[in-house]
Amino acid sequence: MILATEPQASSWQLPPAMSDTAGPVDSTYNFIFWFSVVFLVVITASMLYFVAKYKRRKGVKSEPTGHFNRLEIFWTVTPTIFIGFLFHAGYSSYIRNATAAEGATEIRVRAKKWSWEFEYPSGDRAPGELTLELGRPYKMIMSSDDVLHSFFIPEFRLKRDAVPGQYSFIQFTPTVAGDAHVFCAEFCGTSHSGMLATVKVLPHKEYEEWAKTLGKCVGTPEECKPEKYGETLFVKNACSTCHGTGGNGMLGGSKSPGPKLAGIFNTMQPMATGPGVMADENYIRESILRPNAKIVAGYSTVQMPAFVMKDDQLDAIIAYLKSLK
Amino acid sequence: MAAITTTPASHHDEPDPTVSYLKSTKGLMSWLITLDHKRIGVMYLIAVTLSFALGGIFALLVRAELFTKGKTLMDADTYNRMFSLHGVVMVFLFIIPSIPAAMGNIILPIQLGTKDVAFPKLNLLSLYIYAFGACFGVYSMINGGVDTGWTFYTPYSSSDPAHGGVGSPSAVIPMTLAAFIMGFSSILTGVNFIATIHKMRAPGMSWRRITLFTWSLYATSIIQVLATPVLAITLMLLTMERFLGLGIFDPRLGGDPVLFQHFFWFYSHPAVYIMIVPAMGVVSELISTFSRREVVGYMAIAMSSLGLALLGFLVWGHHLFVAGMSEYATMVFSALTFLVAIPSGVKVFNWVATLYKGSISLQTPMLWALSFLFLFTIGGLTGLFLGMLAVDVHLHDTYFVVAHFHYVMVGGTVMGFVGGLHYWWPKFTGKLYDESWARVGWFFVFIGFNVTFLAQFVLGSRGMPRRYYDYLPQFEQLHQVSTIGSWILGFGFLVLGIMFIRSLLGGKPSPRNPWGSAALEWMTPTPPPLYNFLPGKEPMLTRGQYDYHLATEDELYDGYDDPMFPGREHDSRNKAKPSEGEAH
Repeated sequence: MILATEPQASSWQLPPAMSDTAGPVDSTYNFIFWFSVVFLVVITASMLYFVAKYKRRKGVKSEPTGHFNRLEIFWTVTPTIFIGFLFHAGYSSYIRNATAAEGATEIRVRAKKWSWEFEYPSGDRAPGELTLELGRPYKMIMSSDDVLHSFFIPEFRLKRDAVPGQYSFIQFTPTVAGDAHVFCAEFCGTSHSGMLATVKVLPHKEYEEWAKTLGKCVGTPEECKPEKYGETLFVKNACSTCHGTGGNGMLGGSKSPGPKLAGIFNTMQPMATGPGVMADENYIRESILRPNAKIVAGYSTVQMPAFVMKDDQLDAIIAYLKSLK
Repeated sequence: MAAITTTPASHHDEPDPTVSYLKSTKGLMSWLITLDHKRIGVMYLIAVTLSFALGGIFALLVRAELFTKGKTLMDADTYNRMFSLHGVVMVFLFIIPSIPAAMGNIILPIQLGTKDVAFPKLNLLSLYIYAFGACFGVYSMINGGVDTGWTFYTPYSSSDPAHGGVGSPSAVIPMTLAAFIMGFSSILTGVNFIATIHKMRAPGMSWRRITLFTWSLYATSIIQVLATPVLAITLMLLTMERFLGLGIFDPRLGGDPVLFQHFFWFYSHPAVYIMIVPAMGVVSELISTFSRREVVGYMAIAMSSLGLALLGFLVWGHHLFVAGMSEYATMVFSALTFLVAIPSGVKVFNWVATLYKGSISLQTPMLWALSFLFLFTIGGLTGLFLGMLAVDVHLHDTYFVVAHFHYVMVGGTVMGFVGGLHYWWPKFTGKLYDESWARVGWFFVFIGFNVTFLAQFVLGSRGMPRRYYDYLPQFEQLHQVSTIGSWILGFGFLVLGIMFIRSLLGGKPSPRNPWGSAALEWMTPTPPPLYNFLPGKEPMLTRGQYDYHLATEDELYDGYDDPMFPGREHDSRNKAKPSEGEAH
């Protein structure tokens, strides 16, 4: 296997190829692309040539159409042979990519409106950021908490739906270090286009460094102050896809699907049913771990997925929300 | 005794079968309760044209929003509704009834040499069912529309947040009911056409002599009758799940969301052929008329329409390659999908071969037909990309797919529809249109369409997912190209709209056979009388409808200035007012 450290675009049409699964797709893609170009040029050129050559002229009549059985058979059989090749090329690459390598590292992927969560074999969960080791085979075990989503990494040429009520799988070995994105490719509601995660492919040494920090705050002491760490977690967990940037309760100029969070700390919040609730530490903790325990008035038609966090992460998010004005 | 005398007064109320169908009876009521297939077709034509304009406005809004990254015009929820409504309106209100129910209704009986469809009352009923269904669609739009996409994928569409679900909060039920109801209209039209083609052909009109347009409508009708009930059942199950909590598709209720996709595409893939096959029929007519030559491989083209109708039922699984099917199932569906390329290819080869040794005139309908050939070939070839499993995994649900089906549905069906509209416009209205403005409109549509959607192919292969309100910065440039293309495209259609309205208001009267076609619909007066042929002149075929070498000069004489040959000598009769027509 050839490992590289700089992502390179293989053609102007395709994004850089960063995994073992990209190569077979690209060669198939390029083959069908040039096949189509040749075919289109032949058809269009014949059409234009005939139109010019047999333009209506005074006194020149069209030739009555005869029967051309051999021609008909020719252009029925020839394409049949071509498409046999095309089918085989597409299928063999597909099967190659659908097979997991021996001893692949399993990562549990949970899709929910509107964020991605990755659980590593250590049990640590990292939201919004998939960190992979260069050259190591992986298998994603995917599920959805609510509606259909689709896990799509263009640089790996891979896509698979995350379906509620079942598991689906995707496997690959990253071959180029660098950054990529996970997109959600199946429409899933308001913030569908905000349901992104970053992919980081790291060489062995850097990966080892990163693995030590998994589940902990990474950065300078300044960046790891509770409210700063809380802000990072807020962004990575894609809280803003529902509550707006900085929890301001706005998305694209309209009311966001989730209630405003900025400035609510230590205020009374009206509930959809029952009396109001004081927005204190316990309320925020409960709302993250069991979001549907108490629902703010006016938001009963939107349901937040449950998040699993460590105590220091909950503390950090609470500190961040306290700091919002 | 009891001799029945016709009083002049009662005679006055009788429709006059010797004048144009537009003038045979008068008043709004004479249209609303008409059983004349031509008037029903005209009303369909008005309805689908308005729907096309509405769907087009939604499309322009979608493209405008995507002009810049982030918010340009509207918020995410509004955008999601705009692209959903664009799809729903274009598919259910425009493209499915466009060619069969509007143009087919008018032209099919005339090309068969009969006075009407087999069941005229059923025909009128199908129009009213369409209108009734459309009311539900409008009701849904007034109540905020839908944000599910036209595909209504579960559980997003079926899980109602008002009842504790996780899905769409929009007006899904009235919209699915709209599609459900309009399905019946589609089925009735299909039944009617099948019966008409089987039982109402004029003497001498053998199966070998019906037009390729008729063959294409025959194939389409079979799909409409067989596939549409599946959509009806699927949408009914969706509605029951959303409304009553019946667990069919939602895993929280014990259902299977992928089952919906199987059901939905079992209709909606064949429906793609409901949309494209009639356009192929129109193009066969256009290429024949403007090449003055029977289309090469008549039977091959006719049978490939039926072949597409059959294969259309076997390939639905290719919409689910990444949804969770076994590798063996994907293999079978990929192989079957490739088979679709054969009848499609056969048609394209035969059309191109027809041009060879023809007498080709580049009047506007032919420009649209040639555009169809070019654009449909691109649409078909990019379908091969998506049929190849490994490539589909990358391209699925990206802009590549969006561009592909627009090349087929707009580059194919809409080109065929607009080409057919130009071609039969004199037949429908008795008026000629302004050829120069028609060319201007064609030019802008052709250029605008390619700019809009070529950019989307590149966006898609570079990894831009579809149905995205916002996007990463690297996609902005191509989105802007695409949006500018949509303005050119919109301008082109505006020009065409104005041109047709001007023709209606003040167009020159059309001669009987402005294009010099040998087909039967041009052998009767233009516009046709109430029963399509003048009393006593009902047709009996002695030659095929494409037999230009057997048609007499009288049948073929043309009265329309061919702009390619200004100043060409004309038969003196050409300048006469619309002829009385002569059926043979």
